[in-house]
Amino acid sequence: MTAAERASPSKGRGGAFAAILSFATLLLIGILAFSIRLFSVIKYESVIHEFDPYFNYRVTQYLSKAGIYEFWNWFDDRTWYPLGRVIGGTVYPGLTLTAGTMWWVANALNIPLSVETVCVFTAPVFSAFAAWSTYALTKEVKGVGAGLTAAALIAMVPSYISRSVAGSYDNEGVAIFALVFTFYLYLKTLNTGSLFYATLNALAYFYMVCSWGGYTFIINLIPMHVLLCIVTGRYSSRLYIAYVPLVILGTLLAALVPVVGFNAVMTSEHFASFLVFVIIQVVALVHYIKRILTQKAFRVAVAFVLTVGTVSALTLIGVLIALVATSPTKGWSGRSLSLLDPTYASKYIPIIASVSEHQPPTWPSYFMDINILAFLVPAGIIACFLPLSDSSTFVVLYLVTAVYFSGVMVRLMLVLAPAACIMSGIALSEAFGTLTHSIKYQLDLPDPPAPPAVTVDQAASSTPQVSSVTAAADSTKEKSTSEKAKETLRERPVKRNRKKEREIIEKSVEKKAQKKKPPQVLPLEASAVGIVLLLLLGSFYVIHCVWAAAEAYSAPSIVLTSHTADGLHVFDDFREAYAWLSHNTDENDKVASWWDYGYQTTAMANRTVIVDNNTWNNTHIATVGMAMSSPERQAWEIYQSLDVKYVFVIFGGLVGYPSDDINKFLWMVRIGGGVFPHIKEPDYLRDGQYRIDGQATPTMLNSLMYKLSYYRFAEATMDGKGYDRVRRTEIGKKFFKLTHFEEVFTTHHWMVRIYKLKPPKNRLRGKNKRKTKPVSKKSRPTPPTKTSGRRN
Amino acid sequence: MAGGGTANDVRTLVSSLRSAYSATPVRLKIIDLYVLYALITAFVQVAYMGMVGTFPFNAFLSGVLSCVGTAVLAVCLRMQVNKENKEFKDLPPERAFADFVLCNVVLHLVIMNFLG
Repeated sequence: MTAAERASPSKGRGGAFAAILSFATLLLIGILAFSIRLFSVIKYESVIHEFDPYFNYRVTQYLSKAGIYEFWNWFDDRTWYPLGRVIGGTVYPGLTLTAGTMWWVANALNIPLSVETVCVFTAPVFSAFAAWSTYALTKEVKGVGAGLTAAALIAMVPSYISRSVAGSYDNEGVAIFALVFTFYLYLKTLNTGSLFYATLNALAYFYMVCSWGGYTFIINLIPMHVLLCIVTGRYSSRLYIAYVPLVILGTLLAALVPVVGFNAVMTSEHFASFLVFVIIQVVALVHYIKRILTQKAFRVAVAFVLTVGTVSALTLIGVLIALVATSPTKGWSGRSLSLLDPTYASKYIPIIASVSEHQPPTWPSYFMDINILAFLVPAGIIACFLPLSDSSTFVVLYLVTAVYFSGVMVRLMLVLAPAACIMSGIALSEAFGTLTHSIKYQLDLPDPPAPPAVTVDQAASSTPQVSSVTAAADSTKEKSTSEKAKETLRERPVKRNRKKEREIIEKSVEKKAQKKKPPQVLPLEASAVGIVLLLLLGSFYVIHCVWAAAEAYSAPSIVLTSHTADGLHVFDDFREAYAWLSHNTDENDKVASWWDYGYQTTAMANRTVIVDNNTWNNTHIATVGMAMSSPERQAWEIYQSLDVKYVFVIFGGLVGYPSDDINKFLWMVRIGGGVFPHIKEPDYLRDGQYRIDGQATPTMLNSLMYKLSYYRFAEATMDGKGYDRVRRTEIGKKFFKLTHFEEVFTTHHWMVRIYKLKPPKNRLRGKNKRKTKPVSKKSRPTPPTKTSGRRN
Repeated sequence: MAGGGTANDVRTLVSSLRSAYSATPVRLKIIDLYVLYALITAFVQVAYMGMVGTFPFNAFLSGVLSCVGTAVLAVCLRMQVNKENKEFKDLPPERAFADFVLCNVVLHLVIMNFLG
């Protein structure tokens, strides 16, 4: 309705000019979104970053080689040895299918792009799409000006850049686009009441379910919004049409994705949608009956229904509660519970608590990730209330829930970013609209009647909104620094061309001035200064975003660099180690390491691993954790039982790389100790701290992790002291030999150290020959060791 | 509870409902009949599931959800075609019906895929 009002003044030359300008601006915003994410390609190379993207890359490679049916039914036996992993059923296929389709289309058109190139550049391309979807969404809420501003903001917001740089080939790259697009279609259906858009909405929701586990956010936010609308008296048939087909079609489509399957109807995460489905049916029925009955008859009907209905409803709720209460987590999955109760994971599921992305964010990270949007958002919330419509209530609700969840996990700052951009876009657009309207109002009146009322900056009624179309043309030039004189000069010829609209505006302004109250405008100088300051604010935002993209979020983390006195020094140890593994080991050899490196090992070294980043089997990870925390012989036995041939650890002590395995050791102990009670954390602590120096506990000094990290470390450093640069002490045990492992490769900067398990001895030495050994589960002869006797 | 009074009230309520409903145009009554048919089919399927068990759960889900889905879509169509509904006076009923058919086609494609 408001869109139609706004469209009428822009018919004529102003309308066509504004349309071309907004199209050109959108194109530029798309190019900006794509190019700001290319810093890592320029600074390093076109390489896949981090850990998870390597798994997605490997899956996409397999898809491109073997075809979609093989991919759908793929059972991967090169990971989680000896369990294997059903890839088809446990991966969210949206990202890989999207990239696979793009690769296939490009190759069909004879553009020879490799799979790696397509994978690296998928996220920037979809960030441009996300910016355009944000434009469409905000246009549904407030209009073209707000849409363009919001699109420009989300093209650059650092939080989204951090998960979608070129090379970060992860689910969020396409999922944020799907999220915003689904919300846009929902609001479009809500505003128009068309079943066509409802169908598109369900299909967009399907794409979101395919792409990311965060789809549960959509299927809980939309019912919450519907409930809010019903409770605040905003029920209409458009609401019914927007919500109900989405639930039915959406649930079916979600059940089609193998990862979700029957969880779409059985887990508590979806129950909210079913509950609101029932509620909206009841509300629709009540409205219908109210319309066809008389007042008195309706009251009788209400009384009758209440008495009968309450009894049946109570029994139904009782049955439901009994069903839900039988499951220990009340039907919620561990990850969802850790979102609702932030302390849940640290108490019960150490694996979820150990992931660094799952920690709560610190206050500075809000400013780093969304910058000026952090204080533009409250202004946007106020602007949404003036006037309040269905779509603006939705955006406010989205923002509030996103702020809560971003406070629980730093990874979910990403969900807050689009909401913050939408709100800030609305705020900035309203501010620009009011200021430019004030300027035009001040300049166009021949003799100012009464001094215009200096009021608070409010976007009041239809007058500022009618001029927001003209503000749209102005706000699109927000990046150019324009002076006051230039602006007024520009406005005069534009105003001369649109005399008729001016008369309409003046008439309505005069009418308002005569009838109600003085028009809400600001003095001329204040408006001009305000516009200049807003442009300055925008430029600070741009500078910060470009800096964040270039310096903070473009590191591929598989290649490290440091600036020394001689220039740039590159640490390529990871790829060196994986290349060594792929060239010097047998194809069927099993490699063990901590789960962080599983995806990279299978993708780059092409060897079978024991555990990887999927972390779906806690006991298996705890087994590896136990092996790393145990003394050498026990660790050898555990690895031998898993058929492991090679073990590698990441060691940063020589160069000062802080994310090495010794720093992650506490999680190995905790996770291992969570399943195997003989690993007790206090055994490794001295005064509550993990230490590796002379004060370290003997359990720590005997653990496999210590030995594999510091073997030959003291001999290799120049002064023989063994000074660990990360822990900043000398190590405790310096000169020791390994009895069950042999070192086969250490990379150039000692960052990756690969060891091979020594085969079991052929004959037993004299001392142990006559002892009757208790038959162990695996009944394998124990090789004689120097530290004899102790068996766990 | 005043038994006689309430029973009288219920009877007048039912008769006023019936008279108000008979005033609706035939087009809408046809849609209502379709909705009723779909819901009865869904109920029959649920009853059958109660007797036989849920084994091919995807078949059960797709059957029930197709009935409920098409009923719900028909209700949406009814809302859009209803002449008393001021919000949709610009919408030609042919367009509404075409949207209804499209949505049903998508729904049934998904159902056939999910049926297994």
